Amino acid sequence: MTSTKKDPVLVVLQLSGGNDALNTVVPHGDPRYYDNRPNVRVPEDQVLKIDDNVGLNPNMGPMKKIYDEGKMAIIQGVGYPNPNRSHFRSMDIWHTCEPDTQGTEGWLGRTIKEIDPNKENVLTAVNFGRGLPRALAAPGVPVASVGNLATYGVLTGIEGEDQRADALDVFSRIYSPTLGRSMVVDYLSQTGMDALKGADILSTAPESYSSTVEYGSDVVGQYMKNIAQVHLAGFGTRILYTTAPYNSFDTHAGELAAHAKLWTDTSNAISDFYDDLREHNASDNVLLLVFTEFGRRVHDNGSGTDHGSGGMAFLIGDHVNGGLYGEYPSLEESKLLEGDLHFNNDFRGIYTSIIEDWMNMDAKPIVNGGFEKFALV
Amino acid sequence: MLRVIVRISGSFSVIRRVGTIGTPRDLASPGFWQNVNVESHEKYLYTEGERMAEQDIALMAHLMRRAGFGSTYEELERRVSAGYEATVDELLNPEGQPDLDMDILERHFIDWRDMNALEVNQAYWTYRMINTQRPLQEKVALFWHGILCTGNSKCEHGRQVQLQLDMFRELGMKTFPEILRGLARDPAMVFYLDNCMSHKGAINENWGRELLELFSLGVGMDDEANYSEDDVKEAARAFTGWTITNPIPRYPYGRYESNFIYNPYDHDEEEKTFLGETGNFNGDEIIDIICKQPSAARFVARHLYNFFVADEAEVPAWQRTAPRDPEAIKLLEEEYYRSGYNIGAMLKVLFNSDFFKNARFEKVKSPTEVVIGTMRLVRDFTEPKLGLHPLANTIRYMGQDLMNPPTVEGWHTGKEWIDSGTLVERINFAADQLGNIGLPGVKDIVSRIESEQITNPEGLVDRCLEMVGSYQLADETRGQLVEHAGKGGSVTPGTQEYSQCISEVLQLIVATQEYQFA
Repeated sequence: MTSTKKDPVLVVLQLSGGNDALNTVVPHGDPRYYDNRPNVRVPEDQVLKIDDNVGLNPNMGPMKKIYDEGKMAIIQGVGYPNPNRSHFRSMDIWHTCEPDTQGTEGWLGRTIKEIDPNKENVLTAVNFGRGLPRALAAPGVPVASVGNLATYGVLTGIEGEDQRADALDVFSRIYSPTLGRSMVVDYLSQTGMDALKGADILSTAPESYSSTVEYGSDVVGQYMKNIAQVHLAGFGTRILYTTAPYNSFDTHAGELAAHAKLWTDTSNAISDFYDDLREHNASDNVLLLVFTEFGRRVHDNGSGTDHGSGGMAFLIGDHVNGGLYGEYPSLEESKLLEGDLHFNNDFRGIYTSIIEDWMNMDAKPIVNGGFEKFALV
Repeated sequence: MLRVIVRISGSFSVIRRVGTIGTPRDLASPGFWQNVNVESHEKYLYTEGERMAEQDIALMAHLMRRAGFGSTYEELERRVSAGYEATVDELLNPEGQPDLDMDILERHFIDWRDMNALEVNQAYWTYRMINTQRPLQEKVALFWHGILCTGNSKCEHGRQVQLQLDMFRELGMKTFPEILRGLARDPAMVFYLDNCMSHKGAINENWGRELLELFSLGVGMDDEANYSEDDVKEAARAFTGWTITNPIPRYPYGRYESNFIYNPYDHDEEEKTFLGETGNFNGDEIIDIICKQPSAARFVARHLYNFFVADEAEVPAWQRTAPRDPEAIKLLEEEYYRSGYNIGAMLKVLFNSDFFKNARFEKVKSPTEVVIGTMRLVRDFTEPKLGLHPLANTIRYMGQDLMNPPTVEGWHTGKEWIDSGTLVERINFAADQLGNIGLPGVKDIVSRIESEQITNPEGLVDRCLEMVGSYQLADETRGQLVEHAGKGGSVTPGTQEYSQCISEVLQLIVATQEYQFA
C-alpha cells in the first residue's frame, strides 16, 4: 500500500506496433540471442548492462539512470494465453482484458467509473491523441481526448479571437439545457457542455506551467509534456494516457535505425517527464506504465523482425520497487512458442498490482478475474 | 432583383427571391395576395408554390441523407424536378448510373493496387462514398457491413474485407438468402468466424451461432427464443467442409487473397434436425430454412428500420423490446414474404412510406455519415489528391473504425456514438469544412444566397439551413443564430463581410445538436 496522501495518479504510455522485447531488454548473456539475431542485434559491448544476463538497449540511457535509482520495474515475458499476433486484436486484449471474446469496455474505463461514478469531474481522465483508445472507453464515462493541448477546444477552426469568442458564446447558449427536448438532444447538450467545460479548464494548463525541462519535439515528447502540464495544473485528473504514433514500433524492416530513434525519443520523453515532475515536487503520487501489445519474433528476418508474442512492460515512479520482475523467457528452441518467446507473466497481473496497490481499488471486476500480483509498488 | 418590404402587424419582413413569386405587376394585382401565405412567426411571405418547393426539397434532403450520404442543394433541386418516386427508383437500380473509374484512381493511389493496410482500405471506401453516383449501393454496403460483421482485427489480408464489401455492393439489394449464401462463402467471413476450423466430427460453432444470433434471426422475438443450442450445433454441422484455400505465400510478391472452396470429404453427410426440419442438409438448405422463419422477416425489417428510418433500442435488447413502430415493421415483414425475401423491394416500400417520410432527424448520424455527408456538401475530394488518408482517419477519431468493427456485433449506434471526445471531433470537423470559403460547395452556397440578395439575419439563417439540407433548429437555437448573424449590422452582398457572415452561420449550424441527426 502506498502512503501518499494525494490521490494516486496513473499515467499510461502505449507503444503501438509491438516493441521488440529482445532488442529492448537485451539478453546479452545468452549466446542463443546472437544466434537468432544474425542481423538485427545489439552488440554485447553496447548493451547498458543490468546484470550478466540482461541489459537495456544503448539508446535507453536516461531510463537506465532511473533504473539505477531503483525507481523502475521491468516486467519480463509479459503476455496472455494463446497470443494473438494481430496488432488490433492483441491491443484490444490488453485494453479490454478479454482474451477470449471481443469486449468493448476498457479496463481504465471501468476504473474511471469507480473513481468518479457521478461524473463530478469532466477531467477525471484525459487522453492525448486523436480518437479514444478502447482502454478508456466505457458507456457513460466522459474522457477528454486532446489532439493538441495548445489548440484544444470546440470550434477551434474559427479564425480571429473575437470571432471565436463570439461563436463559443453562441455555442454555450445553444447547448445549455432547455426543457421540452428529446432525451437524446438532452444527452447531446450535456455532452457538449462537458466538452466545453473540459476544454475551458484544460486550456489554462499551459498558461500556468513553467519548467526548466525541455522536451523533445517528437510526438511522445510533446504529449508527455502535456501530461505533465495537466498533472501540475491540479485539475484532479487521475488517469492520463497517450500513445506512440500509430504502429511506429512495428519494425518489420530497417529495425536497427528505426528502433534506435524510437527508444532515444521515448526514453528521453520518459526521463524528461520524470525530471519535470520532480522539479515541481509532484512526482510522488504518479505512476507511469509503459506497455506494448506484443513482442517480436525471436529470429530476425534480415532487416527487421515480425510479429511475435511475449513482450516487456515498464513501471516507473517514486514508489516503484525497482528491479527485474518475472523470469526472462527462455530462448531455448524447445521452449519457444511457434518461434516466439513464451510469456510467463499475465499482463492482468500487472494491472491488478496497479489497481489494488496503487489506486487502492478492487481489481477483479476491472480485469475480469483474479491474477497474481507483483510487488511492484 | 426587386426587394419588396411589406408591413405586417407592425413588423417588417422581406419577400425573398421575388423573381420566383411574380413580377411587380403580379404583386399589384389583388388576386395575387390571396395565394400568399403569411406565416407571421417566421416573418416570411411564401406563395403556396414556393412553400411546396421548399417542402419537396426538405423531403428530398431527407431521402438523400438516408438512402445516401446527403446532397448539395443543386442536386436536390435536380432530383425534385425528376420526382420523389423516380429518385427512389433510380437509387434502387444502381447499375443505371456509372461506377467510379477505378483505373485512373489506382494510378494515382498506388497503394490501392495492393490494398493490404487497413488505412488504405478505409481511404478507398471513403473516396468511394464521397464520389459515388450510386449512393444507395454504398449505403446498403455500409448497412450490411454493420450487421454481417467482419473485421480487419482478424484478417490475414486487408483486401479480403474490401472484397466482402464488393459482395455487399453486388448482392446487398437482392434477396436475403442470396446475401447469406454470399456471406457463407465469403473468405473473410469463413476465416473471421472460424468456419475453416470446423470439421466433420469436430465442429467449431462460431459461424453457426453468429449466423443465427447476429446475422439472421436474433436471439429471440416477443420474449420467445428463436432457436435452441441444438440448432446452433446442427447448423455448424451443415457448414462443415465450407472452407478457404490456403493463401499463396506472402513472399516475394506480396499478399494474395484466399478463395472459398467446398471440401466434400470434410462435410458431415449425416442427417440433421434444424428448426424442426429433418434432412441431410448442407449449408444452403440451412439458409433456406432460416429465411422462411417469421423471426428472419422481423430481423430484416427491424434492422432496415433501425438503419434507414429511426434509431431503435440496441439490437441485444430486441428479444424483449417491441419495435418502435409495429405497424411499419408489419408492413416491411409483409413485403419480405410478398417479394420472396427481396431487400430492394422492402426498401422501395420503406422509402415510399409515410412512416419514412415523417421520420425526419430521428437518427443520430454515424461518424461515416457525418464525414461523408459533410464532404459531399462542401464538394471536396471529388478527385484524387493528397490528404485522403487523414480525412478517412477522422471517421475513426469519431468512433467508427470502418472495416474493423469493435466486435462481431458491429457498432452500437444512436446516442452511443456520442461522447465528449467524439462530439468535439464531429463539431470541429464539420465547422472547419464549412468555414473554408475556398471549397467549391461552400462557394456555391455563398454565391447562391448572394444572388438572392438576402440581407436580413433571419433570411440568411433560414436560407443557410435550407442549403445544408433543410435542417430545422429549435426556436431558441435559431434565435441565437439570427442574433449572431445580425450582430455586425447589415451586410452587403458582394463584400468580404457578407461571405464571412454566411460562413459563420454555416459553421454554427453544423455545430448544433440538430446537425448530429440525419
